[in-house]
Amino acid sequence: MTEFASGTLTGKNLHLSFGHNHVLRGIDLHVEKGTTASVIGPSGSGKSTLLRVMNRLIEPDQGDILLDGRSVLKDNPDELRQRIGMVFQQFNLFPHKTVVDNVSLALRKLRKLPQEQARAEALEQLDLVGLKHKADARPANLSGGQQQRVAIARALAMKPEVMFFDEATSALDPELVKGVLALMTDLAKGGMTMVVVTHEMGFSRNVSDTVTFMDAGVVVESGPPQQIFSDPATDRLKNFLSDVL
Amino acid sequence: MDLLDQLADTFFNWEEMAKVIPALLMVGLPNTLILAVASGVLGSLLGLALAMMGISRNAGARWVARIYTDIFRGLPAILVILVIGIGLSPIAREITGSRNPYPLGILALTLIAAAYIGEIFRSGIQSVEKGQLEASRALGFSYGSSMRLVVVPQGIRRVLPALVNQFISLLKDSSLVFMLGLAASDREIFRIGNDAMANTGNLSPLVAAGVLYLILTVPLTHFVNFIDNRLRTGKPEKKEPDELAAPIGKGAQA
Repeated sequence: MTEFASGTLTGKNLHLSFGHNHVLRGIDLHVEKGTTASVIGPSGSGKSTLLRVMNRLIEPDQGDILLDGRSVLKDNPDELRQRIGMVFQQFNLFPHKTVVDNVSLALRKLRKLPQEQARAEALEQLDLVGLKHKADARPANLSGGQQQRVAIARALAMKPEVMFFDEATSALDPELVKGVLALMTDLAKGGMTMVVVTHEMGFSRNVSDTVTFMDAGVVVESGPPQQIFSDPATDRLKNFLSDVL
Repeated sequence: MDLLDQLADTFFNWEEMAKVIPALLMVGLPNTLILAVASGVLGSLLGLALAMMGISRNAGARWVARIYTDIFRGLPAILVILVIGIGLSPIAREITGSRNPYPLGILALTLIAAAYIGEIFRSGIQSVEKGQLEASRALGFSYGSSMRLVVVPQGIRRVLPALVNQFISLLKDSSLVFMLGLAASDREIFRIGNDAMANTGNLSPLVAAGVLYLILTVPLTHFVNFIDNRLRTGKPEKKEPDELAAPIGKGAQA
């Protein structure tokens, strides 16, 4: 893996409501440069929403977001999102474009690279995820695992400082999960700053540097994986772990 | 027997048909195509604008699109063509200096087509999964760029069959422009058939005009079915050499 221009990401006291539904109730999340933070918790606890607030796909009602110690709330949100890659549960590849065009689109239109150079860089990214030979295929002709690896390549092509993974393996058939998790592990070990919302407790425990347990819009517990998984302090976390493990 | 001969003569008098065919092909066909293609293209552009307004976050824009669509979908085409063709003709004469009713005919057809095409585009665009916009925004594209590069192209693809249907109906509705009074060289297919029928008292020229419409529209309807199928099942897949190779060849790669 190449070196990453990773950054440190901090969310401070983030609040968000949809009408009367108070989805985030003062979340703090700090991800040190080059580390991986996993976020676990039951469905509806606000994990996915937290990711969308931290790259400002949804603007927070209150709180602050810092990248490398500087608040980014006043920046152009489109520019902020160029610095934060995101991978989705449903892959969300662009089905009307070939695999390589999926990866090169942002390079051409946002980085303004010439066609040839954008394609070359996209192919390089595809090579890193082991799918260079599928460059000219359509996403629909790829397996779910391959599609997700392309989605990761697409995000990585923009040379992001942070990568978000929103339940990236939840929609995959069991036999395809491994390949995607292996790739995510490589990225983590390669020094990428990552925030991983996941139901894969094995990944959370073995790969991440910190684990944050969310429930009902608040951070209930956070700490190193050893502490979270082996020595949970709260009943809520104990119950959750006994349900999922 | 006499009755049958009479019917055959009324509908299929080859002589009368032969006489009208040159005018149908040389005058009527190009004029019909001009009317239908021009209003189809302009209607698509206006329709796309209406669709974007219809899904906009701006309530004012949504209302304008809604009211426009209700009006022009709710009126008979012939009424719109007459009202615009006659009502605006003094202004058109002022601007273009000509009495040719085509610009106004095209305008009226465009306004009607835009209302339908706008709804077609809107439904197509809204059928694109929310994740597509989200993924595009997450890459750093603005709302406008995301719509232009990712969402709208997919939406339009999905409604191609409906668009072609709309074009077929424009081809047919273009005949209504005859109401505006056309010079001999401006007549479209229907008017030429109709004039010849009036002159000869025989229906055959109109039947010939009908056949010409069918020659235009039937292939289009089958084209619709073809793209509809293609969109559903995808292109017949081109096998990669790898996949055609014998299993032992595949093993050798691993």
